[in-house]
Amino acid sequence: MRSFELVRFALGAIVAHPMRSVLTSLGVVIGVAAVVMMTSIGLGAQQRVTQAISGLGSNLIIVTPNFQRGPVSQAAGAGVSLRDGDAQAIAKQVENVAAVAPLVRGQAQLAADGANWNTQIQGVTPDYLIARDLKIASGRMFDENEARQGRKVLVVGPTVAKELWGDSDPIGRRVRVRTVPFEVIGVLESKGQAGFGQDQDDVVLGPLSAVRSRIAGRRSRGDSVQTIYVKAVDEESLDRVQEDVTNLLRDQHKIRQGDDDDFQTQNMASILEASQQAVGTFTVLLAAVAGVSLVVGGVGIMNIMLVAVTERTREIGLRMAVGAKRSHILIQFALESVALSLVGGLIGLTIGVLGAFAIAKLGQWPAAVPAWAGPLALGFSVVVGLVFGAYPSWRAARLDPIEALRRE
Amino acid sequence: MIDIHDLRKVYVMGEEEVAALAGVSLQIARGEYVAVIGPSGSGKSTLMNILGGLDRPTDGTYGFEGEDVGHFTDDELADFRRRRIGFVFQSFQLLPRLTALQNVELPMIYAGLSPKDRRARAAELLERVGLGSRMGHRPTQLSGGQQQRVAIARGLANKPDLLLADEPTGALDTQTGEEVLALFEELNAGGLTLAIVTHDPEVAEMAHRRVSFRDGLIVSDERGRPA
Repeated sequence: MRSFELVRFALGAIVAHPMRSVLTSLGVVIGVAAVVMMTSIGLGAQQRVTQAISGLGSNLIIVTPNFQRGPVSQAAGAGVSLRDGDAQAIAKQVENVAAVAPLVRGQAQLAADGANWNTQIQGVTPDYLIARDLKIASGRMFDENEARQGRKVLVVGPTVAKELWGDSDPIGRRVRVRTVPFEVIGVLESKGQAGFGQDQDDVVLGPLSAVRSRIAGRRSRGDSVQTIYVKAVDEESLDRVQEDVTNLLRDQHKIRQGDDDDFQTQNMASILEASQQAVGTFTVLLAAVAGVSLVVGGVGIMNIMLVAVTERTREIGLRMAVGAKRSHILIQFALESVALSLVGGLIGLTIGVLGAFAIAKLGQWPAAVPAWAGPLALGFSVVVGLVFGAYPSWRAARLDPIEALRRE
Repeated sequence: MIDIHDLRKVYVMGEEEVAALAGVSLQIARGEYVAVIGPSGSGKSTLMNILGGLDRPTDGTYGFEGEDVGHFTDDELADFRRRRIGFVFQSFQLLPRLTALQNVELPMIYAGLSPKDRRARAAELLERVGLGSRMGHRPTQLSGGQQQRVAIARGLANKPDLLLADEPTGALDTQTGEEVLALFEELNAGGLTLAIVTHDPEVAEMAHRRVSFRDGLIVSDERGRPA
């Protein structure tokens, strides 16, 4: 016989009971929709994390104080153990370094032309732009001389510029940081949101010494810095540079062998990898939980298929009497089960994709439907249909035609 | 055409063995019209099932045009039923979801006919059994006699060598029963070999040969119409 006829038989049986068919495939609908949504949410999270971390700058090593050695441990970053000299030593002695950028930061109230804005002020050197992959949109960055002299000039992020001056040009404007007057000489190019609502454009940059003495205040001693950014020339040298920086700083800080570092270095690549792995695991977990409902959907299909075989025993007997082979019966019922599951898969895929977009649009959670969601969902439906249709179809094919025809 | 020799069929029911056929030999020639009669439990239905390729004998031989049907595999039996046998059942066995036309088409689907060819042939067969105007009706929209005529058209679909009818008038009133029997007469006159299982003597009288069964054995084999 022609194989498309078996497909027609299967679809005919499904269409004969539209309501029952839809209800039967509901389990698969929910399962597939859940898997698609969960993987979309996971993928979206992964993209955001990647974006957020690589937004900090590529090939970057972040050096922060660890804790002050002594009887009382303090939270990481609270101690003062990094100094200007450390940054200079790294720049001078470590190879394959593209930029070294020490940084102090503080929170400050800015006031200008009648507007107020509270933001983070960072004291940096001109190399900071290179280290963090930042660009100037208009005006200019302060130079080495201005940084060394502690000139009271600022480069502002786009958010700050907008909040204080709206659409008008901030270059040349005066702004008071706490009580100290500064002059705006440049505006940063926008870097946008850094994932999970953190605004990377809400920042102002000033010369390191000026910010340290006037704003960061008592917390910072004469030459201390809170963070040193070290940018390696390329990805390959990243690990090597990290090792060299660690060794150099141990030397600088006169840490004896066996003692712990009083600083820590973080490699952006390894942070990225670790967090991607974490998000990946989380996604697989979510999808697995969603996958359980697919199994439940499969059991629902098996249940209805068993009912169908019982109901249609006489039909099966008749088909055998007019010449159907057992394999024809087997394939007909297996196709029916696969078709039920596949219909559920298609509906579920549609709901899943729409749901993912709805979450991306309405919720704060990023969601991206992976390209393989479609094939995956449909592949899963086919497998579920085959696995859970196998037993009912086998039962149908094993029927004795005489018994089957006699059944009421 | 049909050559049965010492056919036995034994059913095992728990500890007991029941012989439904206890050594039956029978020849049926092409073009015959045979009635198989006997009380229920006499083995006539078992014989029909084996003749139709729905069941296999425990022992003995069943030759059909030289083929050893008694030892066919399941798939070979399915092919045999499709090519050689047309069935007519007491309870019609029409698929309720399908129209008269689609019911008649069904055997031809398994035979691999194109949709166009089988539709044409199904329509022709329905015309022949007098249901040309009812092709689009479903079984529930047809009377019992009409349903049985659809079933007969279906039995003829793949041009069988033998049409087997199991109590074809059992579910019909006298008049429609007679109409169905008249149709059989007409088909046989056209050369079709017919075997009818019945316990109704009036139906058996229409046949040209009557084979009576009792306790799994043939007790009489009469030819010609009784006066």
